[in-house]
Amino acid sequence: MSQDLLSHLPDNQPVAVTTRRSVSRDFLRPYIMIAPALIVFLLFFLFPIGYMIYLSFHEWNFISPEKTYVGLKNFKRLVADPLFLEVIRNSLVYTFLSVFLTITISLALSLWLNKKGWIYSFIQGAVFSPHIISLVSVSMLWMWMMDADYGLLNWFVEKLGFEKVPWLTDPKFALISLVIVSVWKSVGYYTLIFIAGLQSIPKNLYEAASLDKTPKWRVLTKITLPMLSPTLFFLTIIGLINSIQVFETINIMTGGGPVNSTKTLVYYIYENGFVFFKLGNASAAGVILLIILTILTLIYFKVLSKKVHYQ
Amino acid sequence: MPKVQKFLNGICLAFVVVIFALPFVWMISTSLKTLGETLVFPPQWLPENLVWQNFVDAWNSGPFLKYFLNSVIVAVGILIFQFATVIPAAYAFARYNFPLKNFFFAITMVTLMIPAQLIFLPVFLNLSSWGLLDTLWGLILPFATSAFGIFLLRQTFKQVPEEVIEAARLDNASEWKIMRRIMVPMAKPTLVTFGLFSFITHWNDYFWPLVMTTTDQSRTLPLGIAQLRQVEGGASWNILMAGNMILVIPILIIFFIAQRQIIRAFVYTGVK
Repeated sequence: MSQDLLSHLPDNQPVAVTTRRSVSRDFLRPYIMIAPALIVFLLFFLFPIGYMIYLSFHEWNFISPEKTYVGLKNFKRLVADPLFLEVIRNSLVYTFLSVFLTITISLALSLWLNKKGWIYSFIQGAVFSPHIISLVSVSMLWMWMMDADYGLLNWFVEKLGFEKVPWLTDPKFALISLVIVSVWKSVGYYTLIFIAGLQSIPKNLYEAASLDKTPKWRVLTKITLPMLSPTLFFLTIIGLINSIQVFETINIMTGGGPVNSTKTLVYYIYENGFVFFKLGNASAAGVILLIILTILTLIYFKVLSKKVHYQ
Repeated sequence: MPKVQKFLNGICLAFVVVIFALPFVWMISTSLKTLGETLVFPPQWLPENLVWQNFVDAWNSGPFLKYFLNSVIVAVGILIFQFATVIPAAYAFARYNFPLKNFFFAITMVTLMIPAQLIFLPVFLNLSSWGLLDTLWGLILPFATSAFGIFLLRQTFKQVPEEVIEAARLDNASEWKIMRRIMVPMAKPTLVTFGLFSFITHWNDYFWPLVMTTTDQSRTLPLGIAQLRQVEGGASWNILMAGNMILVIPILIIFFIAQRQIIRAFVYTGVK
């Protein structure tokens, strides 16, 4: 959630210049004001990142006092571990599927629901509501919905004339089921951001198009979508960053199973760290996650500085 | 719109509402059923009699008062710390020029990009060596400030006209007083937005307390609810959904009261 907001706004506004008071107090004041926040950042964010990188080159089981330096051994072991490769594959499948589906559905919903009137704001609220519910509740609710024998979902499936689906107990379906839950939870959030993006498109573009009697689909492809591209891009990156860290639904709904079919990167780190106490291994996997997140963030800022659409 | 089209549009709208609201309705309905009523197929839509006992059973299956109080202490504690650290930092970044300002702001922005899922392992090790593991402090202190809050509030503080501050300075108001008496009241909408965002996020949080707690002394409500499955057995869906309701209802009430602000709080983060 925290990475939803990125600083890309101009930073060069006029700034107050303090005068008249004691120079040293005025000089120190801003530092005193930012110090508490920066201490927290250092202790709980930056120092831990460094510590994790340090640990990734060591072997340690949490109990022994010794941390043995092993160079790149942890990384080599990861790459050679078939389970880790499966974990990476699961993470990628989950990430791309949920981002693709969430973006497509929410884009379509936003084009449709971007209207005035209480009905539409009610529906926007309803679509958004899963986003503020705890992942614990969402997971438990969907476990119940996806119950193979008594679940509501299988009732629909049977109504449609298909056989009951073992949503969470079959390796073929489990990862897809988690994707469905993730799409259900986040589609409303994305829809509302798309709607905000739609509303920021200058109205005169549409007026010009209607004067020219431009057909609707041309308005969509030549005006709406290009003007929406910064939002589209922003949400895609945010979606990738959030999905690659999926953990809670897996922890509650499947525990990584059946047969590792829903084990993803963060779950792997958690399991190696807290179940097997292989801290070096877990840290090395953490460094790989760090690299993925850094690349996504850099892409974001790079493209942002170029601007996605041309006016 | 022609009539047929309007009708179809209405059907589709109803369909969307069903997809997003039905699971909640199903949760409420299940939470009031007997166990027998949950174990039928095709499913029974509504309970015969409303079994309020499920809520009592869920609440009594563990130290839920403790979980609830822990959740309140953690979410409110985080909020207080965040206001105390975010407001001055945002003010300094918005209103003062000082050496290394851009460097410190860059640190803030880097932190914004670091999720809990990346750093929980080293933070766990640190907390454990500081003796803060399995304490409420271990759940509060790592979130004692918020890069997102600093960013959001800095934008607001920047928009306050310089004349307002100059006038206060001419009246010999101290810099702290200017911040507290003038800037904070003017930033109230942003503070409410950020406060709602922070409270909901930490009230709902499952990941951090899962990793950082080991006993009921410091567990929060989401953990307690997730544990119901082990306590009550994985198939007591009526009790599990009743427990779920305990977690969801406070948030839904807040959502009904402050829907506009909450949507702004979450969506604002996605719009420039």
